[in-house]
Amino acid sequence: MILDTRANIIAVAYIVAAVLLIFGLRKLSSPATARSGNMLAAAGVFLALAITLLDRSIVTYWELALGIVIGGAIGIVAARKVQMTAMPQMVGLLNGLGGGTAALVSLSEYLRLSMAAPVRGGEAVSVVLGTAIGSVSFTGSVVAFAKLQELLSSKPFQFPLQRAFNGLLLLVILALGATMVVGGDTATTPWIVFAVALALGALLVLPIGGGDMPVVIATLNALTGIAAAFTGLVLHNQILVVAGILVGASGTLLTLLMGKAMNRSLGNVFFGAFGATATAAGGAAAGGVAKTVRQTSAEDTAIALAYARKVVIVPGYGLAVAEGQHAVRELAQELEKRGVDVKFAIHPVAGRMPGHMNVLLAEANIPYDELVEMDQINGDFDSTDVVLVVGANDVVNPAAREDPASPIYGMPILDVDKARNVIVLKRSMGTGFAGIDNALFYRDRTRMLFGDAKKSLTSLVEALKTV
Amino acid sequence: MTRELVLSIYVVILAVFTGYEVISRVPSILHTPLMSATNAIHGIVLLGAMLVLGAADTPVLHVLGFIAVVLGAANVFGGFVVTDRMLEMFKKKPEARK
Repeated sequence: MILDTRANIIAVAYIVAAVLLIFGLRKLSSPATARSGNMLAAAGVFLALAITLLDRSIVTYWELALGIVIGGAIGIVAARKVQMTAMPQMVGLLNGLGGGTAALVSLSEYLRLSMAAPVRGGEAVSVVLGTAIGSVSFTGSVVAFAKLQELLSSKPFQFPLQRAFNGLLLLVILALGATMVVGGDTATTPWIVFAVALALGALLVLPIGGGDMPVVIATLNALTGIAAAFTGLVLHNQILVVAGILVGASGTLLTLLMGKAMNRSLGNVFFGAFGATATAAGGAAAGGVAKTVRQTSAEDTAIALAYARKVVIVPGYGLAVAEGQHAVRELAQELEKRGVDVKFAIHPVAGRMPGHMNVLLAEANIPYDELVEMDQINGDFDSTDVVLVVGANDVVNPAAREDPASPIYGMPILDVDKARNVIVLKRSMGTGFAGIDNALFYRDRTRMLFGDAKKSLTSLVEALKTV
Repeated sequence: MTRELVLSIYVVILAVFTGYEVISRVPSILHTPLMSATNAIHGIVLLGAMLVLGAADTPVLHVLGFIAVVLGAANVFGGFVVTDRMLEMFKKKPEARK
């Protein structure tokens, strides 16, 4: 097929856009070039979008302009206003928007094509998968957003036969999809697929607890990319296919990394209903022995920190909730002034999305060379004088290493219990998201400093100035 | 299957390997910006929404297409702006700290 001039221009622009996307992502491999990488990727996307306006099939422009202005304004205002601490839910929401778009585009294209001739075979497969995956990603992301925004409880939500019911919904989607591929469907079939997939997305994410959010967010990211790629297959639009697959690859890699960091499979995250089993097991373990925790004060902690040579700070979701990132930077600076070696130990699943702690600490201007990954820092705890655990819980629980009965047994953790002193900043003795008792809190070397993380950190800085 | 679909499947396969090679170089400190940037990139489905709405000839397609364009536009504009805000915090050199 020979393209005319206009189609040629579009085709070449799409190729350029694909190259820009790949180079943009390539530049994300270093913090120094990442920002220009994002710009390159944006240039690629906007080039593709602008050139699409030349497409001959577009006949009405005013609706397009109106939709883009409304959507674009909402997007830009939200992106500028959102607090850095609200980043997990923002990422979740943006993800859902893309999934919803992909589902609607697949569905619409099917409706349009089937007016001319029945859509069967490979095209129908792409339509079904684009619609179903996009819809699951849309409602799944919206539920994840609602949980992170605390519009819904972050506790797992369950009902009897939940897994069987979700399995049934999946079967319905596959069966109806099959009728669309081989023929025998009716006009309402694609709508039912759309509706059932929307329900499935919400039901899949509802039973997942807050601590599993990094895996969920990464998975939804991958799903949206894959849905976009299927949409590209339906439209025979290669730039959409390339962009969608790049996103899908990225989301899949992140999902695998997060799963590995929790020692859990994807199936276990989505169907394990982690919180429920964990509460039972944790409760049983806690009932066995009477255990005591040792409390400490800001003043005593400040003295311990001031005379330490090496301090490691372990941030967790609690630090983000308390918005204590600036206070923790002040503390680190105060200690460095005294010649103390301060490092931050970052667990891959600390927080609610991949890399959450890095963004949080970067916002407070903490240089990224002070942030050390789990594998690099674990050998150093033996020689660390004081570990300050701020709002982290499960990622420092030695039960993951020692207690085969623990629900998190086998999960790689930060070995903070090997340090000479451990000080845990915590709101109260309440357990983490999964209700797992933390063996660290009862160790001889552990002291608890109760209170809001930000307030505790601020009083530590004050106390440190007087030491 | 149409010939175009077959060619698209080749594109998929090549893109999977390219994606894997490029993304696996991204360090873990940049995982959130990576996710946010890829979030913005999949906003390119706005392109599909534009094609649907621009060619819509039934009321249903007008409605579906319009919703898709609004969602897609919010995704792509919001995504790149929020990623840029995030990366602005990372670009600071350690020495530049006050």
